[in-house]
Amino acid sequence: MSMVEISSMLLLIAFILYIFGTIVFTISVAGKKFKKNGEQTDGKGLGIAGFVITVIGFFSQVGYIFTRWKADGHFPISNLFEYTTFLSVMMILGFIIIYLIYRNNSIGMVALPIAVIVIAYASVFPREVEPLIPALQSNWLMIHVTTVSLGEGILTLSFVAGLVYLLRVIDQSKRSARTFWLEFVLLFLICAVGFALVSGIFQALGYSEKFQWVNEKGNTATLEYNVPAIAGPHDGKKLTDGFGPVFQAPSWMNGVNAPKKFNTVIWSVIGGLVIYGIIRLVLRGRRIGAVLNRIVMNVNPPLMDEISYRAVAIGFPVFTLGGIVFAAIWAQQAWSRFWGWDPKEVWALITFFFYAAYLHFRLSRGWEGEKSAWLSVIGFVIIMFNLIFVNLVIAGLHSYA
Amino acid sequence: MSQEIICECGHKNPEGTILCEACGKPLQEDNPKQLLNMRYEGSARRSQTYNRTAIDKIWNYLSSVKVGVTLIILVLIAIAIGTIFPQNIYIPAGADPDTFYKDQYGVLGQIYKTLGFDNLYKSWWFIILIGLLGASIVVASLDRFFPLHRALKNQKVTRHERFMKKQRLFGTTPTTKGEEQLQKAEQALKEKKYKVSREKGALLAEKGRFSRWGPYVNHIGLMVVLIAAVLRFIPGMYVNETMWIREGETKALPGTHNEYYITNHKFILTTYNKQDPQYKQAIKENGSIVKSYQSDVTLFKPEGQSVLGATPKLKKLRDDQIKVNSPLEFAGYQVFQADYRLNELYKMNFTLTDQSEKKTFGKLSVNLYNPKENYDLGHGYKVKLTYYFPDFYFDDNGDPATKSDTPNNPAFIFDVTTPDKPKGETSFVAIKTNQAISKDNQYKLTFAGLDTRNVSGLIVKRDFTVWIFFVGAMIFLLGVVQGMYWQHRRIWLRKINGELWLSAHTNKNWHGIKKDIAYLTDSLGIPEPVDQLEQKVVTEERRKHS
Ligand code: HEM
Repeated sequence: MSMVEISSMLLLIAFILYIFGTIVFTISVAGKKFKKNGEQTDGKGLGIAGFVITVIGFFSQVGYIFTRWKADGHFPISNLFEYTTFLSVMMILGFIIIYLIYRNNSIGMVALPIAVIVIAYASVFPREVEPLIPALQSNWLMIHVTTVSLGEGILTLSFVAGLVYLLRVIDQSKRSARTFWLEFVLLFLICAVGFALVSGIFQALGYSEKFQWVNEKGNTATLEYNVPAIAGPHDGKKLTDGFGPVFQAPSWMNGVNAPKKFNTVIWSVIGGLVIYGIIRLVLRGRRIGAVLNRIVMNVNPPLMDEISYRAVAIGFPVFTLGGIVFAAIWAQQAWSRFWGWDPKEVWALITFFFYAAYLHFRLSRGWEGEKSAWLSVIGFVIIMFNLIFVNLVIAGLHSYA
Repeated sequence: MSQEIICECGHKNPEGTILCEACGKPLQEDNPKQLLNMRYEGSARRSQTYNRTAIDKIWNYLSSVKVGVTLIILVLIAIAIGTIFPQNIYIPAGADPDTFYKDQYGVLGQIYKTLGFDNLYKSWWFIILIGLLGASIVVASLDRFFPLHRALKNQKVTRHERFMKKQRLFGTTPTTKGEEQLQKAEQALKEKKYKVSREKGALLAEKGRFSRWGPYVNHIGLMVVLIAAVLRFIPGMYVNETMWIREGETKALPGTHNEYYITNHKFILTTYNKQDPQYKQAIKENGSIVKSYQSDVTLFKPEGQSVLGATPKLKKLRDDQIKVNSPLEFAGYQVFQADYRLNELYKMNFTLTDQSEKKTFGKLSVNLYNPKENYDLGHGYKVKLTYYFPDFYFDDNGDPATKSDTPNNPAFIFDVTTPDKPKGETSFVAIKTNQAISKDNQYKLTFAGLDTRNVSGLIVKRDFTVWIFFVGAMIFLLGVVQGMYWQHRRIWLRKINGELWLSAHTNKNWHGIKKDIAYLTDSLGIPEPVDQLEQKVVTEERRKHS
């Protein structure tokens, strides 16, 4: 077996373990007796089992990193597949840190499936081993990316705890704006699953469709779609006779291969809506939030609020160090300027400002609990925006192919 | 002027105090159901106390966290909008910003440009916004620093009953051996690294007080960063020059006031090997991938006084290679490999032949940047370059002329003298033509190849502000870590009417202080105090559901 194959297998093992872990944590949370004063007591044995499974999965992923490193000849963070996978490792690490502090199972119940989704999302990107272009040949790059994603991983845990908080406290007995937005957040996560499924299916079918178009650098090029084209390239000419396109991607989408990515986003939404609809059918019409609400009924809301806040308190400086300071050091080496207002840099700064605002909001009374949980959701959206959409819409130094 | 508030414990508090600085008794009427707001220890802050003059009003405005957060959010929104379309510096070279945004993005683009989003970070309103943010940070910090300092210094061990009752963590146990328990508690808390003070019938344990200064340290760091940004505008603090240097050339490094010279010996571009087993697949899909850009250079310093215009005598400092991610560094300067041009025309070679190109009479090579006038080919054959057009075209009158000094399309007029033609023949030579100007020329200059060379694009940088930014960022981070990774925890114990009262407060991380308290109550053999916040949540829910 080649190193690449070993690394893929280790990743798959982790993926499966996290699914198991999710189930174990869910049982440990749902099976607990309702305690009147909201204290956490039972479910300990199962929780520890879930945690051990997670740790094994984590080491399997660490194994993935090292074998992939060997295969790549450099630290595996140079394309979207590698980077996103790495982010999932850091989310798990964030979870492990938080679990060791709080020993809380409901966090695992939500953190693990999110890691599963991120791995699934990552795994549909091209996976070839790629050499590094000169700008990326830097130890500072490795230090920068590892620290940023650790920071983002921990900040994601703030979202996880915030989500558990919202699932727990939002009154599901009647429809409201809050139940709507909570479903919306869940739908967003499901869209990532939709993305992975749609891409996976068409990849397995070997689907391919080619367009000629003028790319973001102004060169004429061929663009290959691996899922049917709903949104074709702007002013593109179809070279093969497959389906579509139904319409053209707007011309202002300027990232590398933007129309193709935009098309994938559309498919993810479609896939996500379909899966969401199926789940609602299975639940006989009940909102997903309502079902999850029953499961997390034993959770202690102030504790979730605290975990969510604590994750920001721990993650914010880590993110700042990696996303701003180390990034600047690398940029100084590679491009002669430590700060250049490149879109990806700006979005890291936006993330920084956002969490600074979060911390100050908490200084005013009344911004704890639910409001703060919604803020942690927005924070996660900003991080994901930087990962997915900045690459899609904006051409910059960082846009991975 | 100000009226002091004298608490029943006898302590004199400054006007505006909410909780007595010494015993903690709430001094202003408050909601008996609510827990105490422990922010800034309830001490008097200027912004909460005075609101008379305009200065008071501005001060109060800037010190408010609501205003501060609003400013942060405004900056956030501004820079987010600033990424929708490319910034001025990132539009394609040669594009005119005045028309680019409109042509490319329509009306939205025009609005974007008009509002200054195309050059956001230098627009006056953005700079004002940042200025206000900076002012707000300073004012808010000053407003809180001194009162907080005073309050933390003035803590009394024995706290008022109302103060204790209204802490989030609070519990009472009947006791008969109070002092003994306090003694034990001191022991247990010291094991947990608390600083313990005792008074008769009361105990205060405290740890991590220094973490309260974290926000002030981190705000100072932010101010240092802002100062660094302002310093950039001062000339001399910041040098940023670009240069093109051809292989074989020696030039003064721009921005160094001719104190340093550099020779570019060679520019080398390498790509990954197509056969590389590791990367074969990726190269097949993406085309060739660059492995490195590199300029081999020598750095010099001029010796003695340099005369204006003349190249001075140079002393070699060192040979080096400049690569991406590995700049040349000396005396505070950095020289970066930023750009390159490959295979620029350098020399044109000719052979002198007869018209049929059968016999040759020697060779010459014309340097396109610095052509010699006379070329002696020996045996009486001589060539003189009478006119040189580096970027040749025919002007409106049909005469040969040049568009620029760059040899994009070189053309020459040569005068050839030979033993048999002592008066010389004139011929016009361009890349695709070799015209004899008089019909009966016997000799001809035949094109015999080109020498090309590469050009390195370098950036010369000296930036004293980098270090200030870096120091500011480090102070900021240390401050954040100080305030986040440590917490200010306090535990109060008091013997009241045959009961032992325990209450506790931490500015963050309730989980942590609860673990400390569990250790304490374990060793005292008393029940853990109640988390009144959690209890409140539970009772409210029960009320709602019933
Ligand atoms: C980019 C700008 C800013 C950053 C990155 C920043 C950062 C921070 C951080 C990390 C904390 C600690 C928070 C905590 O311990 O929970 C803090 C506290 C604080 N900040 Fe800022 N801040 C910024 C701007 C401002 C502004 C404009 C104000 C003006 C009102 C302000 C007022 C405060 C106050 C009052 C505190 C609490 C101090 C204390 O607990 O004693 N900050 N800031």
